[in-house]
Amino acid sequence: MKLRGSVWKYGDNVDTDVIIPGKYLRSADFKVFAEHAMEGIDPAFRPAAGDVIVAGRNFGCGSSREQAPLAIKYAGISCVIAKSFARIFFRNAINVGLPIVEADVFDAVQKGDIIEVDLDGGYVTAGGARYASTRLPGFLQDILDAGGLVAYRRRQR
Amino acid sequence: MGTISEEILGRASGKPANAGDFVVAGVDYAMSHDGTSVLAVKAFREMGVDKVWDPGRIIIPFDHLAPANNENTAQLQKEIRQWAAAQKITHLYEVGEGICHQLMAEYGFALPGKVVIGADSHSCTYGAFGAFATGVGATDMAEIYASGRLWFRVPETIKVTVDGELPPGVAPKDVILHVIRAIRTDGATYKAVEFYGETIREMSMAGRMTLCNMAIEMGGKAGIVPPDARTFDYINGRAAEDYRPAYASKDATYCDVIDFNVAGLSPQVACPPDVDNVRDAGEVENVAIDQVLIGSCTNGRMEDLAAAASILKNRKVKCRTLVIPASRAVMLEAVETGVAATLLNAGATICNPGCGPCLGGHMGVLAEGEACLSTTNRNFRGRMGKGAAVYLGSPLTAAATALNGRITDPRRYV
Repeated sequence: MKLRGSVWKYGDNVDTDVIIPGKYLRSADFKVFAEHAMEGIDPAFRPAAGDVIVAGRNFGCGSSREQAPLAIKYAGISCVIAKSFARIFFRNAINVGLPIVEADVFDAVQKGDIIEVDLDGGYVTAGGARYASTRLPGFLQDILDAGGLVAYRRRQR
Repeated sequence: MGTISEEILGRASGKPANAGDFVVAGVDYAMSHDGTSVLAVKAFREMGVDKVWDPGRIIIPFDHLAPANNENTAQLQKEIRQWAAAQKITHLYEVGEGICHQLMAEYGFALPGKVVIGADSHSCTYGAFGAFATGVGATDMAEIYASGRLWFRVPETIKVTVDGELPPGVAPKDVILHVIRAIRTDGATYKAVEFYGETIREMSMAGRMTLCNMAIEMGGKAGIVPPDARTFDYINGRAAEDYRPAYASKDATYCDVIDFNVAGLSPQVACPPDVDNVRDAGEVENVAIDQVLIGSCTNGRMEDLAAAASILKNRKVKCRTLVIPASRAVMLEAVETGVAATLLNAGATICNPGCGPCLGGHMGVLAEGEACLSTTNRNFRGRMGKGAAVYLGSPLTAAATALNGRITDPRRYV
C-alpha cells in the first residue's frame, strides 16, 4: 500500500495528552476525538484527507487512551512517521487501523512538503530521496490491512 | 529461565520465551476502568463475541471520573454497569472504592508470576508484586475479554540496582524520578525494568508500587521487583488465588545494567513538560504554586498521607491543597489514625478516593497560567488544565510546598 500526503511536523515526546486532552475522553463519538486531535500542541491542526504526521522520538508516549490514534485517524491522517513510538500507542494504532512507520525523515522534511510512504516496500520518499522505514511483522500487517483488530477478528470468524 | 518477564511469558504461552520473540500469552487478570471500558466494550461488541472468556478474571473499577461529573459521563458509566451485569462480571468496584491500581493490589489480583493486563498505562504498577503487568488500549482489552489471550513481544530487560539508605526527607518518589532522569522518557521503550538492590529490599510495598507505577514514564513495558518476604506479607490473606513466584535465573541476559546509589540523593522535582525534566527541589524553590495535589496511583497510599501529615501537623497551608486517598481502605485508615484530622486542620481538602484531577478530568482542574505541585506521575502540557503547569514531587515535597505556596525542599521540615 502506498500513502501520499502533505506533512504536519512535530517534535519529540508528542504525548497522548496533547494528541487528545483528557477532557474530551468522556465520549464514545470518534468525531469528537477528531475535532480535537492535536489540540494540545497545535490548535491549527486541520489536515486534508491523506495528510501525514512526521515526528521525532517517542511519539504517543503517556496514557493508554485509544482515543489518541482514533483522533488522528479520523482527522484524516493516513500515516504517522516517527523516529520511534511509545509501545501502547504503537499497539493501539495498529488495532484501530492507523498505519505507522519508523523512519528517520524528521530533518529532511518541512511542514507542507509532500511525502510518500510505501508500507509494503518499507521506504518513505520525500524531496526526491528515499529513506528506509520499518516493516511490521506479518501478523501485525494483516491486522492493519484488515482495518484494525476488530475487523481482523470478525474476518477470522 | 531468563529474566522475570521471559520466565512469566514462557509459562503463560506454554513455550520458551526469549527477548524479541512474539508470543501469545494467557492473561490471568484483566482490568479496565470507567475511562477505558467504554471503548473496550464497544470493540468487544463489534467483534461479534457474545460472552467474555471468564467473568471472574475481569476487574472493572470506577475511578477516573468518579462520581460522574456530568450527564454524558453518567450515561457512559451506566452502560458499563449494564454490560458488566449482563456478562456476570462480579469484580466491579463502585465509585468511592478507589483507584484501579490500588484495588488490584488490595484485592489480591496483583500477584507474583501472574500475567495481569490493564487498559491503563499505569498497570505496570503490579510489577511491584512480581507480576508481569502492562497497559494496553481498549481494543486489546476487548481481545482479552473475548479470548483471555493477547500477543506480546517478549521484552528485553534493563537491570536497575539501587543501593544506599534513603536520607531523611527523601522518598521512593525521589528515587524513581532520579532513575527516570538518567534513563529518560523513552530509554526503556519496549523494555522491562527489573529493580534490585538494598534500597529496594528495604522499601515498603507502597514505595515499590510508586517505583513500578512510573516505569511507563521511561517508556517501560513493565517494572518488576522480585517478590520477597515483604511481598508475601502483603499478599498473605489477600491473594485471589494460588500463585507461583517467578525470578530471574543467574544467567539471565540484560540489555543494560544501571547502578544507582541514593545515599546522597536530594528531593527531586520533575518540571514541565516532561517527566525526565528533573531537578533537585532546592534548584526550583522560587517557583510559585497555586495548588498542591497529594494522591493518585503513584502516591495516594497511607504512608504517603502520613508523610504529608508529618510535615503539615500543627501548621497551615498557604495554597489550595487537595488530598485524594488511593482507596476507601486508605481513607478509613487515615480517619482512624488521625491523619485525616491533621490534614484537615492544616487546611487541606480531602476528596473521595479516585483519580481526581490527575488527568484533567474534574475535581481540581487548573486555570491557564496556574501551577500545581503534584504527587502524580505526569506533567505533560495541559494535562491538568490548558496552559497550566504541573511539577511532580514526593508527598513530603508536596506538603512542604503547600506550607509556602512555592516549591520547597522538605528537608527544611524534617
